[in-house]
Amino acid sequence: MERKISAPIKKEELITLHAGDYVYISGTIYSARDAAHKRMYETMLEGKEIPFSLEDNIIYYLGPTPAKEGQVIGSAGPTTSSRMDKYTPFLLENGLNGMIGKGKRNQEVIDAIVKNKAVYFAAVGGAGALLSKCIKKSEIIAYEDLGTEAIRKMEVENFPVIVVIDSCGNNLYETAVTSYRNNLEEQ
Amino acid sequence: MRTIHTDDIIKNVKEMCIEANLHLSKDMADAIKNAEESENGELGKQILGQLIENMEIAGKEEIPICQDTGMAVFFIRLGQDLHIEGRNLTDAVNEGVRQGYEEGYLRKSVVGDPLLRENTKDNTPAVIHYDIVPGDKLEILIAPKGFGSENMSRVFMLKPADGAQGVKEAVLQAVMDAGPNACPPVVVGVGIGGDFEKAAIMAKKALTRNVNKGSDLPHIREMEKELLARINDSGIGPGGLGGKTTAIAVNIETYATHIAGLPVAVNMCCHVNRHVTRVL
Repeated sequence: MERKISAPIKKEELITLHAGDYVYISGTIYSARDAAHKRMYETMLEGKEIPFSLEDNIIYYLGPTPAKEGQVIGSAGPTTSSRMDKYTPFLLENGLNGMIGKGKRNQEVIDAIVKNKAVYFAAVGGAGALLSKCIKKSEIIAYEDLGTEAIRKMEVENFPVIVVIDSCGNNLYETAVTSYRNNLEEQ
Repeated sequence: MRTIHTDDIIKNVKEMCIEANLHLSKDMADAIKNAEESENGELGKQILGQLIENMEIAGKEEIPICQDTGMAVFFIRLGQDLHIEGRNLTDAVNEGVRQGYEEGYLRKSVVGDPLLRENTKDNTPAVIHYDIVPGDKLEILIAPKGFGSENMSRVFMLKPADGAQGVKEAVLQAVMDAGPNACPPVVVGVGIGGDFEKAAIMAKKALTRNVNKGSDLPHIREMEKELLARINDSGIGPGGLGGKTTAIAVNIETYATHIAGLPVAVNMCCHVNRHVTRVL
């Protein structure tokens, strides 16, 4: 099913999304990948404030190429999500509602998605030039010293993603391959 | 004796870094287009369509195909009758990478120490494999390697008794474990034989072979075909979301090995399988 949503997103809305839905996101999202996750996690454990409120927000696992003059951002596709698995349950406990990345998540993350009613989206890995077109504004708001891994606040318009793990724990990476194979056998 | 200056090498390496990150080789690009036409998975077909559109935007607007513009990996064949003037060759290659990644607006993805993890901010040092060969030419092959797929690569030290069957199982295991993480459709580079590191280097080199050109060895070519068919029967598909195109090619390289061993390395590469060669 095709859906359009706006970000940030409330739990009441995200629970209506189902694994396999093709979703276009418009609104504000934040980029953070390996080093930014580590720093946010350690900062929170120390009881200090992180650079943006996680509440209702969506994090995009992204480290873009540098923007040329006149560009909003360079190539901007998703990175592999599993490297963030160590930090994700804690962020979900603290208000994060969604993640955009690519690839599998571990069981702890899936459990935390269900428990906290969150959603995991995949964007198409390796389509960074195409995806950059949906990013209309981008501003580094923290951790500038991390270079490409800095935290960016981004305005996106119809950013295309697929719901992989929904708030009930349905996992498209498992069901899509099985249903593709079953369809073939029926034909 | 023929002489070339390292300024020439720097200039060429710089251009090759940029070219490799904006344009796929024709065999790779055509393979993705053909896969889109024949794909019967619904999401899979949609994803391949996005990849084709992505390649077009990348080429036309000079935006890197993927934001992971890789660690710069080189295979350099240095003719033993060639004299290189200027600075040392390794420094020249790294200078070319430095300039290419800066001028090409490519991402700097290298940390200087694997544990301290401070970004070197110019994507150096490169990983360089040298071969000394007959002649007076310098062949430079660059293959910028993204780490989403690199992280899913494996080395298996099999026993001779495991034989061809064991090799096939190892390759299939690596590809199945990688699943969606390696950004399928993938190219699977395999090195069989040699020793621990020779197998891995062959697997990397295998990724740079034309995806339509099978091995020259009949029994290896058969293995490539069988593995490709079995991988594509898995249904993993583009993006790992179901379909018949999980791999574009399985490229195998082999080398002599020890009586006690059967090393197998599997180097996974995403569909952004980049490589450019120039001969100076």
